[in-house]
Amino acid sequence: MAETETRARTGTTTTRTAVRLEAVTKDFGTVRAVDAVDLTVREGEFFSLLGPSGSGKTTLLRLVAGFEQPTAGRIELAGDDVTATPPNRRDAHTVFQDYALFPHMSVEQNVAYALTVRGVRKAERLARAREALTTVRLDGFADRRPAELSGGQRQRVALARALVDRPAVLLLDEPLGALDLALRQEMQTELKELQRTTGITFLLVTHDQDEALTMSDRIAVVRDGRVEQTGPPVEVYERPATAFVAGFVGTTNLLRGEAAVRVVGRPGTFSIRPERILLTDPAEPPAEPPAEPPAEPLPGGRRAVTGRITDIVHAGAHTRFTIALPHGDRLTVLRQNLDGLPQSARLDGEIGLSWDEKDAFPVPS
Amino acid sequence: MPAAPTSGSRLRLTALLAPPLLWLTLAYLGSLAILLLSAFWATDSFTSDVVHTWNTDNFHELLTTPVYRTIALRTLSIAVAVTVIDALLALPMAFCMARVAGRRWRRPLLVAVLTPLWAGYLVKAYAWRVMLGEDGVVGAALGPFGLHGPGYGTTAVVIVLAYLWLPYMILPVYAALERLPERLLEASADLGAGAWRTLRSVVLPAVRPAVLAGSVFTFSLSLGDYLTVQIVGGKTQLLGNVIASQVTLDLPMAAALSAVPVVLIVCYLAAVRRAGALDSL
Repeated sequence: MAETETRARTGTTTTRTAVRLEAVTKDFGTVRAVDAVDLTVREGEFFSLLGPSGSGKTTLLRLVAGFEQPTAGRIELAGDDVTATPPNRRDAHTVFQDYALFPHMSVEQNVAYALTVRGVRKAERLARAREALTTVRLDGFADRRPAELSGGQRQRVALARALVDRPAVLLLDEPLGALDLALRQEMQTELKELQRTTGITFLLVTHDQDEALTMSDRIAVVRDGRVEQTGPPVEVYERPATAFVAGFVGTTNLLRGEAAVRVVGRPGTFSIRPERILLTDPAEPPAEPPAEPPAEPLPGGRRAVTGRITDIVHAGAHTRFTIALPHGDRLTVLRQNLDGLPQSARLDGEIGLSWDEKDAFPVPS
Repeated sequence: MPAAPTSGSRLRLTALLAPPLLWLTLAYLGSLAILLLSAFWATDSFTSDVVHTWNTDNFHELLTTPVYRTIALRTLSIAVAVTVIDALLALPMAFCMARVAGRRWRRPLLVAVLTPLWAGYLVKAYAWRVMLGEDGVVGAALGPFGLHGPGYGTTAVVIVLAYLWLPYMILPVYAALERLPERLLEASADLGAGAWRTLRSVVLPAVRPAVLAGSVFTFSLSLGDYLTVQIVGGKTQLLGNVIASQVTLDLPMAAALSAVPVVLIVCYLAAVRRAGALDSL
């Protein structure tokens, strides 16, 4: 039954919406936590709300779950207006940041809770709870208490508990926040896998851009209760709609005003991703010496400048250079540690930088 | 704090703990031992003087005289009734205080629950005597419904004891409910449970240890009480006032009688401990 359900879901995914928010606003006293947000999550999608703490992303999730009532606006689940529906009547389950497992119940009782509440027979309940525990690779833990489990195991129990009766939407509130790095990366892969195999719509809240970029089909970047940009990870990363998105999703070199004119050669606000800048020996590719520093258009739409290296940080797979340009502007450059560096790539060395002109793309400030 | 105490700090710790430990052993456990010991002595029936001859007559009399058994059972039933009533009253009250009332109302409500504890025991017992009396408030309030007040007797004792010990039940239950993470209630609702289901499956199991902890107070205080029964109990005899009346007449018999509540309470504590309630005390 589970399989056919999955197939049915994935078959019709693209058109139907799982979650829709229309002009949703939420005030806490005088503070506006969510400000007229419109959002559409498609069925079967892995959707992330990405933003710094205090941006209102968790409030958005709690509004979808039904723990908070919107001050204004409308919330739909699978096309039905649920704005006034209490959480226990919404076909969505939450994985809480602190897991919120019931401490007096065994793992199995925790997982079976949604079924117990609905009055499912004991035999079926236990079978489905065990099945859910198998899905999250926790067989043999059924009789333990939550207190006897590690953080990672509790996380899996929370997942199994929320997935046991196959809700239409799974809401995840910073689910990996309490785990250490290695476990977090392992769980990222697993969550994505779980979402693919179950076909359930995942709506995830995170402040971790890596997490959002790795797992999501689409991302909404949230700031001050508003959605700054919605799109697939590649689009959000490569073509940030605002300066905030450019800075928050990945690291970037933001150039505005005078600096933009000096470095990019045009007025406006520009973003250049640090991995897009190439390091060369100052005398190299442009055959002629850089007569008029700092900026020089190159054949093939490349642009080159020279600067002085003020900092070098080795970070495992890559090295981060900080380079000071003649007028005091600074650029960060990321370079994969693949092969030899240019001769002059040492601290205080003069270095040439170049990038494709289209990699310096304008962002509305 | 350093992990392993040095010899100097251990010495200081001993010096610090010695006086209270001495007090506990000598004054408290010592007097209890002497009390139990004196239960094995006898009384000269003419002079009422204690005769230091070792015998078990008192316990024999205690176990074979039906009236003592009746009184012990009555005392036990009253203690159980008071405990059950207090638990039933404390749960909704503590729930309102911790979960329904706004944050700024919690403190005043807590003070309101605690205030009666600052008033003298006798004042409260006599106040109830007045209220339960012939022309008392209770009778007057029940009158229009064609009912009578309970008068002085066993019911009155249960009512007054339940009133007296209620704060001891409310406080631990309130603390447990306040500690109960909001997330758990949300998780329960999120998984489809209505309010009633959440109460039964999440809230009650969480406050169970607190109710048991509170019951240790209500149960043992009721078991040992001897003044309330004298004030509102009418002719009712409980272990407490039987012991009190025997102290002057037959001290060894009084000592033997007082072993009964001690044994009952030890049994009760053992049962409660098995249920895991003492961890939260």
